[in-house]
Amino acid sequence: MIDFQLDRGSGVSTYLQLVHQVRQALRLGTLRPGDQLPTAREVVERLAINPNTVLKAYRELEREGLVEGRPGMGTFVRRGIAGPTLAEHTRLRRGLEEWVREARAAGLDQDDLRALFTVVLADAAKEGAA
Amino acid sequence: MRPALEATGLGVRYRRTWALRDCSLAVPAGRVAALVGPNGAGKSTLMHAAVGLLRPARGSVGVAGEVAFVAQDKPLYEGFTVAEMLSFGRRMNARWDDQGARDRLGALGIPLDRKAGRLSGGQRAQVALTLALARRPDLLVLDEPLANLDPLARHDVMRTLMGEVAERELTVLLSSHVVSDLEETCDWLVVLNGGRLQVSGDIEDLLADHLVLTGPAELAGALAARPTGGAGVVSGGPAGRQATLLVRGAPALDPRWQARPAGLEELVMGYLRSPESAALPGLAGVGT
Repeated sequence: MIDFQLDRGSGVSTYLQLVHQVRQALRLGTLRPGDQLPTAREVVERLAINPNTVLKAYRELEREGLVEGRPGMGTFVRRGIAGPTLAEHTRLRRGLEEWVREARAAGLDQDDLRALFTVVLADAAKEGAA
Repeated sequence: MRPALEATGLGVRYRRTWALRDCSLAVPAGRVAALVGPNGAGKSTLMHAAVGLLRPARGSVGVAGEVAFVAQDKPLYEGFTVAEMLSFGRRMNARWDDQGARDRLGALGIPLDRKAGRLSGGQRAQVALTLALARRPDLLVLDEPLANLDPLARHDVMRTLMGEVAERELTVLLSSHVVSDLEETCDWLVVLNGGRLQVSGDIEDLLADHLVLTGPAELAGALAARPTGGAGVVSGGPAGRQATLLVRGAPALDPRWQARPAGLEELVMGYLRSPESAALPGLAGVGT
């Protein structure tokens, strides 16, 4: 079962935070096909958020084909997200850690790092779309 | 569908002073509506009129179904134990949910044999809320339910409330001074200011329809002077060489403006600072 967390200072809307956390759990394999997502009531009784926010997140995940609502039963995971395997994750993470060390040695601070990473990510997305 | 709460031309007067004037609004069923505004805006007056504790001088206000009300000071019978208040409620209300109330208080760890006068602030709030919910209302009206509570107790009260909203069709109208307390929990916004209604609408729609603009001060005049065909400046103006404005709709912008989405708090503050601005359904200057 996924345990949702809320980062109230992140500026990311609450429903998107829930969507991202389910996607992340699917990528990491902590959520698998057939697993049940918590009910709206369970989520709101933990996080103190409006139930419609949870329903909106679940609708978005359903639209993406990741989960399905079964009337009277709940919301269940339909499929995982095909992504790099866990081993691949570890390898990429090592590479990124190496890059962060280099950047720090070059005098970049936390904000510089974030800005640079965001720009590269955005450029890559643009190239991918072109 | 019939709104859970509807006011038409509602006016309430205390002796010669109007506490509320010409207030027309409708809160759809199943919503959690935030009622915000400064002290003396008319929030409590609107609530008291809605639950029938005040007689309107003008217009009308109506509620669909059963209504439960928790006043600001969360009045409990100080000498009564929690169990005695439950049994009193059971005898007074035909559709009393005794088991639900006991389960909730049990889950919160509130002892039933404790006298109301010996409960902590957070426990009082939970007991008052539980007693109101046990009546299975269609509309729950809460006047400042979070006032005088520590952050943990505020969170606990909201968790209880949201759980109930998830479980059945319950409409909530709750007032607060602190907009940030309401951001995650409410989906409808009502802003009162000086006895007048300024905003009533779906929070998501309102946020999608407002922008905060920052740019050179000399641009502000041109934007403010735009003919307002639904869009326009809500509030703000130049401060030195720079201007920051809250605008409604999607004006065609000079590229020197920087635009970003408005937060709920900015939106509320923007309207409260400009009492002449309004975002109300069915009025001129409002989107679809």
